[in-house]
Amino acid sequence: RDGSAPLISRNYKGDVPMTEIDHFMPLLMQQEEEGTLAPLLSHGHVHFLWIKHSNLYLVATTLKNANASLVYSFLYKTVEVFCEYFKELEEESIRDNFVIVYELLDELMDFGFPQTTDSKILQEYITQQGNKLETGKSRVPPTVTNAVSWRSEGIKYKKNEVFIDVIESVNLLVNANGSVLLSEIVGTIKLKVFLSGMPELRLGLNDRVLFELTGRSKNKSVELEDVKFHQCVRLSRFDNDRTISFIPPDGDFELMSYRLSTQVKPLIWIESVIEKFSHSRVEIMVKAKGQFKKQSVANSVEISVPVPSDADSPRFKTSVGSAKYVPEKNVVIWSIKSFPGGKEYLMRAHFGLPSVETEEVEGRPPIGVKFEIPYFTVSGIQVRYMKIIEKSGYQALPWVRYITQSGDYQLRTS
Amino acid sequence: MTDSKYFTTTKKGEIFELKAELNSDKKEKKKEAVKKVIASMTVGKDVSALFPDVVNCMQTDNLELKKLVYLYLMNYAKSQPDMAIMAVNTFVKDCEDPNPLIRALAVRTMGCIRVDKITEYLCEPLRKCLKDEDPYVRKTAAVCVAKLHDINAQLVEDQGFLDTLKDLISDSNPMVVANAVAALSEIAESHPSSNLLDLNPQSINKLLTALNECTEWGQIFILDCLANYMPKDDREAQSICERVTPRLSHANSAVVLSAVKVLMKFMEMLSKDLDYYGTLLKKLAPPLVTLLSAEPELQYVALRNINLIVQKRPEILKHEMKVFFVKYNDPIYVKLEKLDIMIRLASQANIAQVLAELKEYATEVDVDFVRKAVRAIGRCAIKVEQSAERCVSTLLDLIQTKVNYVVQEAIVVIKDIFRKYPNKYESVIATLCENLDSLDEPEARAAMIWIVGEYAERIDNADELLESFLEGFHDESTQVQLQLLTAIVKLFLKKPTETQELVQQVLSLATQDSDNPDLRDRGYIYWRLLSTDPVAAKEVVLAEKPLISEETDLIEPTLLDELICYIGTLASVYHKPPSAFVEGGRGVVHKSLPPRTASSESTESPETAPAGAPSGDQPDVIPAQGDLLGDLLNLDLGPPVSGPPLAASSIQMGAVDLLGGGLDSLIGDTNFGVPPAAAAAPARLGAPISSGLSDLFDLTSGVGTLSGSYVAPKAVWLPAMKAKGLEISGTFTRQVGSISMDLQLTNKALQVMTDFAIQFNRNSFGLAPAAPLQVHAPLSPNQTVEISLPLNTVGSVMKMEPLNNLQVAVKNNIDVFYFSTLYPLHVLFVEDGKMDRQMFLATWKDIPNENEAQFQIRDCPLNTEAASGKLQSSNIFTIAKRNVEGQDMLYQSLKLTNGIWVLAELRIQPGNPSFMLSLKCRAPEVSQHVYQAYETILKN
Repeated sequence: RDGSAPLISRNYKGDVPMTEIDHFMPLLMQQEEEGTLAPLLSHGHVHFLWIKHSNLYLVATTLKNANASLVYSFLYKTVEVFCEYFKELEEESIRDNFVIVYELLDELMDFGFPQTTDSKILQEYITQQGNKLETGKSRVPPTVTNAVSWRSEGIKYKKNEVFIDVIESVNLLVNANGSVLLSEIVGTIKLKVFLSGMPELRLGLNDRVLFELTGRSKNKSVELEDVKFHQCVRLSRFDNDRTISFIPPDGDFELMSYRLSTQVKPLIWIESVIEKFSHSRVEIMVKAKGQFKKQSVANSVEISVPVPSDADSPRFKTSVGSAKYVPEKNVVIWSIKSFPGGKEYLMRAHFGLPSVETEEVEGRPPIGVKFEIPYFTVSGIQVRYMKIIEKSGYQALPWVRYITQSGDYQLRTS
Repeated sequence: MTDSKYFTTTKKGEIFELKAELNSDKKEKKKEAVKKVIASMTVGKDVSALFPDVVNCMQTDNLELKKLVYLYLMNYAKSQPDMAIMAVNTFVKDCEDPNPLIRALAVRTMGCIRVDKITEYLCEPLRKCLKDEDPYVRKTAAVCVAKLHDINAQLVEDQGFLDTLKDLISDSNPMVVANAVAALSEIAESHPSSNLLDLNPQSINKLLTALNECTEWGQIFILDCLANYMPKDDREAQSICERVTPRLSHANSAVVLSAVKVLMKFMEMLSKDLDYYGTLLKKLAPPLVTLLSAEPELQYVALRNINLIVQKRPEILKHEMKVFFVKYNDPIYVKLEKLDIMIRLASQANIAQVLAELKEYATEVDVDFVRKAVRAIGRCAIKVEQSAERCVSTLLDLIQTKVNYVVQEAIVVIKDIFRKYPNKYESVIATLCENLDSLDEPEARAAMIWIVGEYAERIDNADELLESFLEGFHDESTQVQLQLLTAIVKLFLKKPTETQELVQQVLSLATQDSDNPDLRDRGYIYWRLLSTDPVAAKEVVLAEKPLISEETDLIEPTLLDELICYIGTLASVYHKPPSAFVEGGRGVVHKSLPPRTASSESTESPETAPAGAPSGDQPDVIPAQGDLLGDLLNLDLGPPVSGPPLAASSIQMGAVDLLGGGLDSLIGDTNFGVPPAAAAAPARLGAPISSGLSDLFDLTSGVGTLSGSYVAPKAVWLPAMKAKGLEISGTFTRQVGSISMDLQLTNKALQVMTDFAIQFNRNSFGLAPAAPLQVHAPLSPNQTVEISLPLNTVGSVMKMEPLNNLQVAVKNNIDVFYFSTLYPLHVLFVEDGKMDRQMFLATWKDIPNENEAQFQIRDCPLNTEAASGKLQSSNIFTIAKRNVEGQDMLYQSLKLTNGIWVLAELRIQPGNPSFMLSLKCRAPEVSQHVYQAYETILKN
């Protein structure tokens, strides 16, 4: 974990000398210069596995044939925990909280084995108000070692509610001649849980496999290709009869994610003509078309169109929304607040080019699109029921929201 | 209020001041002081001088303060071992604290104090904590056993902690189980021989149950541990797989990869005919694809592993090409890996899409990526024959871009395409030649020169082109120099009249002005060849080249299998076994996949066992095969090939027919003076070298082979009535690497015979007398003399019918007599004919099936060992033995004097006197004779 000199470190096994980290930055710079940067570096027998978070490098060192995927996922988890503790993870927040950082490092991992990495649970016994612990009465919350390690006992709410957000992100890759190379939907179901006690939840979806299992194949259903669950979901149960049953953590969490690679019509289709007249100007014409239901509306649409880095004096004309030149990113961003289905809009941009061209070869960045369409899922997935059972027998209300948004949505330019 | 203020004390006398504060009576002041100490420690200042003062603060009921003191202890105990002992009492006391957080903290810290002296004091507290009522303490104590073991293994064993740890696998708390498993695995790794993890169906069942209950990290420990288990049969393997597959739905990528590891490993035991096998294959694809939406570093690990998986089981992802398409904002390391996988998945079905993508990538800006993309187009051409034409035209388009590195890369791959599809795409040569001047990289220059040399007859100004390179000969890299030398010799052999000067120039540059021994040697060889036998030179230099294989850069099958066992770990990212990068012998246990089930694979020959092809560490596209003529002569585009080809071709080089041919036939009356140095060098290349080398082999390989090959009894070759009274009988022997013809001459005439001489006609293997036939005294009537005539294999070669036919002329004072005889092929089996296992697998696979010949050897009473032994003494080497359904399969190799390798699979069923022999050889015509040799050897 360091800047140029390590900011803070914890040696879990004592087998890697603390001075080894000094080789990290030079190695990294060297690789960066040679264009061979990889997330795994080695110096002698020491291997450095690193990730970067804002301007901090989080580096794990090992001498062994460590489980690399475990290390990276632990590093990301660590970032998550720190972010939840300190809002931001940056040099300043580490310095300001170094005592607690040490405490957390101690709980997160022992002898190279990740331990408790759930920040909600950690917050139950590692708190920022160190002074309160002075009485020496702080206890290990049973949750730490419970089979249900993600939920504490004795939670109470006046009003028992669950909010379910079904969010689908559309990833799209279109090549320069307009054919779709890749189109996939990555869906996530996020829960906001305000429930007392230890509730048992069961979520019902219009999952095709389940429908086929139960002979309801005529109903409209969705084939989920690869489903990933939060650790609270009983995986073997799902594997067995497709039931999604779990005791939820308290508050916000991502219950599950899924992927569908079924080809869908691109929701917002872009046609573009970017004409570059060397030494004089660039003319850009972009046509955007909403290819979704007329009743739906895409909000906060942002279409970013690449322009050469030496372009100047922009001029725009749009049939709707506004266009803005963002020179630090070399793009024009065309924003449309509300974009109804079936509509088609146009934007023209004109840039001047210097008479002396830069030597540097430029890549051809794709056009990117961002949008959000509420009350709608591309896949047609539906929450059919959410059963909530708690031994105290309270009634709880589930609320469901659907939204479709852009994921990695790229259209290559020629 | 933040902690950052603690970093700001930079006054002089700081340590002194801190000391005073640490000893203050006020709790608050003490704590502030300790924080300052830790802050100094954090920024790397040495505060070890405060050791006793800090340790004095250890006895406190303030948890935060205690944690800080413990942290300090862990950092400095090693540098102050004597004082560390001061801390022991507190540890012991804290381990009995009513607060489990403190007990756990103490036991966790204790193990991190890496001071041998104090470890024994820690045993009692640890023992208590291992049995603590609180699972939080137990799970911490479990890890502590591993810590202690790392410091003092003996102590841990003597104290019986390992047994306690094993008991914890049955603990009621899943987190304790997970840590116990992690600790045991860690200890077992450093003590591979110990039977620590003693996995059996019962303990496996416990682990599988715990798998459902513990945290994501615990699941990884358990899965990694399961991967080391060897199920007793396919049913157990399947039932474990069934319970592991739900893990593929875990949100944590590391859990998914560890599950994939277990499944990939146990799948090996499942029969492919099983429905479940197919189900499992289908279940593996989606999670692997989803891994590509993880963070870039995890994607990278996933991609490196997918690269292994598609080599091991290509069927899993064969329909998932699109997800590997590169995105603009992918980090470069992800882009490069995706590209590699795209090529591995390329097939006729998806090639059009792949090519369109590759063309797109080839016009990007990142140089490394572009290069790799261009190279990938070439690899596609070689891999998918139907696409070759499209690939070539794409490459030509790219050459038209005139982007320097694109052009060079394209030329390098076009060279490979020429090798794969000779005489098909030569029309593009003109375009290539236009770009000659822009080539500044050795590999591209060498490739271009190779193309010019290879197709010299179709390039009008080939001589001018090559000459232009010659000017800066000494500034070129060795690769280019060697290539230029060969190319000019080729040119000369094709257009002798116009290029004499050029060839002499290059030969003298190579032999006289160069310090590079490879270049000089090759120069001499060519010179010698050209000056003695241009016909042979033509045969050698312009010989038809072996085709290059389709798949390149494949990981060699045993390494691949080993790496599959390391999915998710650094080894799988480096594509190297742990032994290659983990220090010392520690932690280096060679892992291997479980053996395949006999039921489904019994009929498979070794090439399919671990699916494989030429090994990854061989040069680029050119597989190193024991072929007739090594690549030495024609190609230098990869690193030098070691092993059989070199040996074979250098001996072959000696096969200079000093009598035949003649330079004049080719270039008229030009005088090709042999330089003095050259004259000496090639002279040594003849027979003495080969036999000398073999002698050396025998001396080192022990007495085993000294007995020599089987020798048939002498037979009459020339009856007296056909030779005016001279009767010749004889046989062939091979001993210690030298072949001889043992002759018995009997004079059945009435007059004395003198002036014996012998000569062989050209024959298939260049057998020739190595010395004159010496009959010391005149042979009187009715007298018999025994003579052993040493032979070599450097005579002129001519293919005979049958292959092993030898025509002999014997002269004496009476007349000249002719006879022919068949020599048993095994006298040509050389002593170094044992092929390396990997090479064997690769070669077996590489030789086309139509070259395989099958024979039955009947009525052979030997058992496997005896057969193998017998064959070995005739230089047929057993490389591997497998038992499949009660049959012994012997995999054998032998090499002929001219470098031809023959690979054999000998199947022996105990009790059955009929053996099955399958032979594979690039020169299939020898198989029949090899089979006969087998018969002869086994039955005598």
